[in-house]
Amino acid sequence: MVQKNKSAEKLKELGEKVVKDISKNKNPNIIVPIRALSNVIFNERTRTLELGDKTSTRYFFNIAHAKKFVQTIEIASISKDLILEDKHASLRDVFYMAKRTIPGTNVDLVYEQSESDDIIEDLELITGNSREQLYINANKNGSIVGKVTIEDAGDTIRWDKLGSGGWSIPSNVENIKFKKVDAKYIIYMEKAAVWERLNEDKFWDKQNCIIISSQGQTTRGIRRLLQRLYEEFKLPIYVLTDFDAYGFYIYSVIKYGSINLAHASERLAIPSVKFLGITSNDIEKYGLKKHFIKLKDHDISRLKQLSEYEWFKDNKSWQKEFKTMKQYGSKAEIQALSSRGISFISDTYLPEKIKNKDFLE
Amino acid sequence: MKEVLIAETLAKEQKSISISEFFLKNRHLLGFDNPTRALMMVVKEAVDNSLDACTEIKVLPEIKVEINQINENRFTIIVEDNGPGIVKQQIPNIFGKLLYGSKFHRLRQSRGQQGIGISAAVLYSQLTTGKSTKIYSRIGSKKPAHYFELQIDTKKNEPNVIKDNEIEWDKDQGTKVEIEIEGRYLKGKQSVDEYIKQTAIVNPHATFIYTNPEKEKYEYLRVTDQLPHEAKEIKPHPYGIEIGQLMKMIQDTRANTIQGFLKSEFSRISDLVSKEICDKAKLNQNEKPKKLGHKEIELLFNSLQEVKIMAPPSDCLSPITSELLEKGLRKEISADFYVATTRSPSVYRGMPFVIETAIAYGGELEKESQVRLMRFANRVPLLYQQGACAITEAVSETSWKSYGLQQSGGNIPNGPVIILVHISSVWVPFTNEAKEAIAHYDEIIKEIKLGLQECGRKLNVYINKNIKSKEQKEKISLFEKYIPELASSLSNLTGSNKMEVEENLRKLLKKELPALEVENGAKE
Repeated sequence: MVQKNKSAEKLKELGEKVVKDISKNKNPNIIVPIRALSNVIFNERTRTLELGDKTSTRYFFNIAHAKKFVQTIEIASISKDLILEDKHASLRDVFYMAKRTIPGTNVDLVYEQSESDDIIEDLELITGNSREQLYINANKNGSIVGKVTIEDAGDTIRWDKLGSGGWSIPSNVENIKFKKVDAKYIIYMEKAAVWERLNEDKFWDKQNCIIISSQGQTTRGIRRLLQRLYEEFKLPIYVLTDFDAYGFYIYSVIKYGSINLAHASERLAIPSVKFLGITSNDIEKYGLKKHFIKLKDHDISRLKQLSEYEWFKDNKSWQKEFKTMKQYGSKAEIQALSSRGISFISDTYLPEKIKNKDFLE
Repeated sequence: MKEVLIAETLAKEQKSISISEFFLKNRHLLGFDNPTRALMMVVKEAVDNSLDACTEIKVLPEIKVEINQINENRFTIIVEDNGPGIVKQQIPNIFGKLLYGSKFHRLRQSRGQQGIGISAAVLYSQLTTGKSTKIYSRIGSKKPAHYFELQIDTKKNEPNVIKDNEIEWDKDQGTKVEIEIEGRYLKGKQSVDEYIKQTAIVNPHATFIYTNPEKEKYEYLRVTDQLPHEAKEIKPHPYGIEIGQLMKMIQDTRANTIQGFLKSEFSRISDLVSKEICDKAKLNQNEKPKKLGHKEIELLFNSLQEVKIMAPPSDCLSPITSELLEKGLRKEISADFYVATTRSPSVYRGMPFVIETAIAYGGELEKESQVRLMRFANRVPLLYQQGACAITEAVSETSWKSYGLQQSGGNIPNGPVIILVHISSVWVPFTNEAKEAIAHYDEIIKEIKLGLQECGRKLNVYINKNIKSKEQKEKISLFEKYIPELASSLSNLTGSNKMEVEENLRKLLKKELPALEVENGAKE
């Protein structure tokens, strides 16, 4: 309750500052920390990304800022109402709550959900409260299975008794209690389809591990859950993604934190995770070249960006991956392994990789 | 013993099905999959034929298209041209026999590629209405005009002539075809109306007079007397062939040596190149080509793909030219700005092609919606399967934000714009037989992007000069509308008085206005 009032109070303070500017006949402004590579610092000691102290000032009377300025105040007001009414809304809900056509124009206050999502991340930084503290949740995303028992909202749940779908990971995992965890390690994978394959093969049972997947981007809920499992049970975590720039970045986000959410690295980053595959060695060793997909222009430019990130710049093994991919001019999906047989991944590939400790750092 | 018997029984049941029968069962392959599309396909096939015929004898085309609605789902399509006409003996074959035509075996840019078009329309008519197709044709003022009524014998793939008369016709030269079909007429992006309009844009040397089923008459007049430059026929280029084709060429050749065969049947093979090819394949270039065994042909084929050979000549292509493309666009689309460009010829799989792109911006074009994309192959509009087309991919992958348009993710951009892309090639690679989407060859996509970028840069200059300042003014006027919104959000957030905040903001606006007007929309 105390926290609740504090979050609402922070939002109100932001509004009051703006009202004060206006009454003083001053162009109202909001100071927002910059969330971009230019303001991200790689902390050599903690091995995670941190947000720097660069800020930008958002003015209402500025052609390029005006709409964003109104969006910021509007969404702050929506969030305040949510907190006071004690109701949690999804990112999508907030988008619709803010979306409207401004009378007398054909301009929508927010046009796409990405705009309101962006403002919510700004508000986290402006107020120093996390999204959850602003009463805004992301969608459930990702599945997990393993010999684990948890307690969630008063219910006791066994992850190994949930059939083919596994447990869906909510956006907020702060209040989950782990009752029993019986596993030697965790594999996180980018592809839900691969997870389904491993689950059907009962890989987690045979190998005594936990498997977890998202569909594409790793959400905060998943990252926080992984971090908690690591910190509370010291389970090693291995990341399995496609052999492409986007897959590599997924690993980078889990390990070091993301550029966009650098301010939350402390709660999300896990510097000890290791990259299991798909690596260029796997490509050679398992003959995946015939399943190559040609790199497009955006793949190549993304690859270049990755190789220039401070946390990859001096990492020889990763630079080798980037260089090899560029030489191939191609990428490959995890599912390329299926060409060696549908269960090749669970019977051979993963056990071999883990036994030989064939990882990238 | 028993097995032989089964085989014999089976043999009795196995019979070759005629091409006509095959297409009867697979009409969707040809684009006749629904009544709306069928109507368009019939018009398209007839108009394509007329335009190609006129080009052949260097006559400025004048094409009349008329669609009459007989009842709810029945239409007669009449297409008349001033082309060369068709000699009497050929009329039944051209209209009444599938896969008959002269275009299939030669490499030169033309609209139809496989001679399946117009006879498929005749077949569709017969299938849906049971009616015969009527053809009028005359090859010169001194020759009689002929009138035919035709059907297709689907079992034999042969024309079935119902009527064959000499008639009086007020026309000196040309062909007119009348086809009755079951169809549906709709307006919109995939309509016959749109097809004719787009055809007029990319054929600025042609006049079209079109009467739609609602009796509305449109005249699309030519804006140039310049005929498209004549496309030369070329020999295949080694990089473009398949092994089966090579075998057939070896079987058919009159050359006595491999060297002679390579030089006479392919383009860009000299004595030197021929020697290199034979050396690489470990063949004696003086050997008779017909003596080559399967294995040796395979060696020859591989070597043909590996040896470096000059790109094929591009005089087999006839692009519209940027100047005429712009003229064509100007006459049919009312916009503020036009730009067009013709790329230099390029090659995919040994086939030469040319990309042309054009952009129209502003004017009466719709502001808030997605850009309209017009796709063409050898001057024929492609109205269906936009999502599957390489042109769409190239447009989506171009970064339009740098050229002043809005674009979210890898989508087609938004704005008051028409983007036109035309590919000319001796062999346009379609994704399927309906010929509505271009296959995704890297070389083609790259050329389209380069063309779009060239137009994009010019568009950007125009937008910066003329539009940005106007938009700036519009945006300033937006502040008045933003003020009540901001005031109401603030009052909800802080409990402050909405009217008071609003009033203060209005005062502030007056003070800030001069600064806003000089500001160039500085970035955060």
